Amino acid sequence: MKNDPSMKEADSFENIPFTYDSKYRKSSAIEEFLDIIKYRDLIYQLVRRDIVARYKRSFLGIAWTMLQPLGMMVVLTVVFSQLFGQVEGYAAYLLSGLIAWTFFAQTTSATLEQSVWGGTLVRRIYIPHTVFPVASVVTGMVNLVLSLVPLLLILLVTHRPITWAILFIPIPILLLTAFALGVGLLLSSLALRFPDISEMYRIIIQAWMYLTPIMYPSNIIPDAYRAWLLYFNPAYYLILMFRVPIYDGVLPSLPLSLIGAGISLLTLMIGWIYFSNQADKFAYST
Amino acid sequence: MKPVIILNNVSVQYSTPEEVMGTFKEYAIQLLKRNIRFREFKALKNIDLQVDEGEILGIIGRNGAGKSTLLKVISRVLIPNEGRVRIRGIVSPLLELSAGFHPELTGRENIFLNGTLLGYSRRDIESHFQEIVDFAELDAFIDAPLRTYSSGMVARLGFSVATTWKPEILILDEILSVGDEAFQQKCKFRIKKFSDEGTTILLVTHDSHMVETLCSRAVWLDHGEVKAIGPAEEVAGMYKYSQ
Repeated sequence: MKNDPSMKEADSFENIPFTYDSKYRKSSAIEEFLDIIKYRDLIYQLVRRDIVARYKRSFLGIAWTMLQPLGMMVVLTVVFSQLFGQVEGYAAYLLSGLIAWTFFAQTTSATLEQSVWGGTLVRRIYIPHTVFPVASVVTGMVNLVLSLVPLLLILLVTHRPITWAILFIPIPILLLTAFALGVGLLLSSLALRFPDISEMYRIIIQAWMYLTPIMYPSNIIPDAYRAWLLYFNPAYYLILMFRVPIYDGVLPSLPLSLIGAGISLLTLMIGWIYFSNQADKFAYST
Repeated sequence: MKPVIILNNVSVQYSTPEEVMGTFKEYAIQLLKRNIRFREFKALKNIDLQVDEGEILGIIGRNGAGKSTLLKVISRVLIPNEGRVRIRGIVSPLLELSAGFHPELTGRENIFLNGTLLGYSRRDIESHFQEIVDFAELDAFIDAPLRTYSSGMVARLGFSVATTWKPEILILDEILSVGDEAFQQKCKFRIKKFSDEGTTILLVTHDSHMVETLCSRAVWLDHGEVKAIGPAEEVAGMYKYSQ
């Protein structure tokens, strides 16, 4: 009784292929990528849920996505415009950096939280694990695009010149997204082993914001710290790439663009591969 | 019959650190001292199992016997540490899926969310939408937010979404307690129909009576091992006798 007696009959069906074989699996990073294409409708639903559900009970609804950075900017402009008075069109300088940073900070934190929500589901039914981080990044991207509206408004109000360079903006947005996804995936994989990461990250993201020239111009940083705060800070390049076409009205230089693209694509690749390799372990964690 | 699920020598082992280590600091200290002891827990031990197309296989056993782990291995949620799992066809799990619902969204929106979570495309869901609503008997409430639903209504919606498409392999985990008596009859009828049309069904329960009445064959799991496998009445009888 202990062994299954029907076991030996399998041979006659050997030629019918299996849909799933735990022994023969493609490289997990590639498999994960193919799966995510198959589950694109789920990503759409998750993004929709995040955006719709968030504002469903509020009166102004989606307008809050645009009001939030605007309010933040007004507060910071009032506080800092005396201090950084030498910066021409401070409001536009601040808002362009702030929007890019908020996108990065929010999506990476959301990825960490999403992997918790997804976690309970992922332990019940098969869903490619990258679906949840990708959905949070796409949600952030939608919010980022919406907040371009108040940004343009501020440019007009403060009489900043709007040039053709602004059409370049999708490129830095995509690079920022790739970078945020890469960082988010790395964080989620680490959080699997060390749940404290999510609390720790809140402090890190605060410190990182103040150390990056978002609210202040980069020329006030003393030479001694320039290397650390600017050149070794990946966020600096990506935010600069986003800011230059809006605030300065010119295209980012080629070296800057190459560094930015290199950083974000490399981060995404490392994050994606590391996360996919860890993904099998998600179901084992409780 | 064509075998649709083949498990060879499958083992699943969870390892949890012996002491609870909350923080990174503690972990780092313990790691440096090479002091982390892991407690290994074998949830499944060398399982061999084969299920043929169209079978209704009962899986019985007490809590913690490894029933859920077995289902996870079959539905590819869990990759086993040892052994090999081969599946022919799509596995549709019918667990309580309220985890995939969102309270602020309407019934309509939740159907799309839940359907895509199960791997169906938006177009698939659109073309079956009315069918899903009708079976769940929720026509009047479909545009109300889910938080206004009773728990029975949510369960009905979940069952309806998950069973609108004829599954190739259906996993039922203690699910037949959905809604009122009349709805339960409807559920059983639908499952019976799937079975007649060739769906393979895995039914997990600790109710040996249910195994006797619904299943053709049964597996009895105990402490991660197959204690018995064979005709449903025989295995259910042995299980009942041991209790």
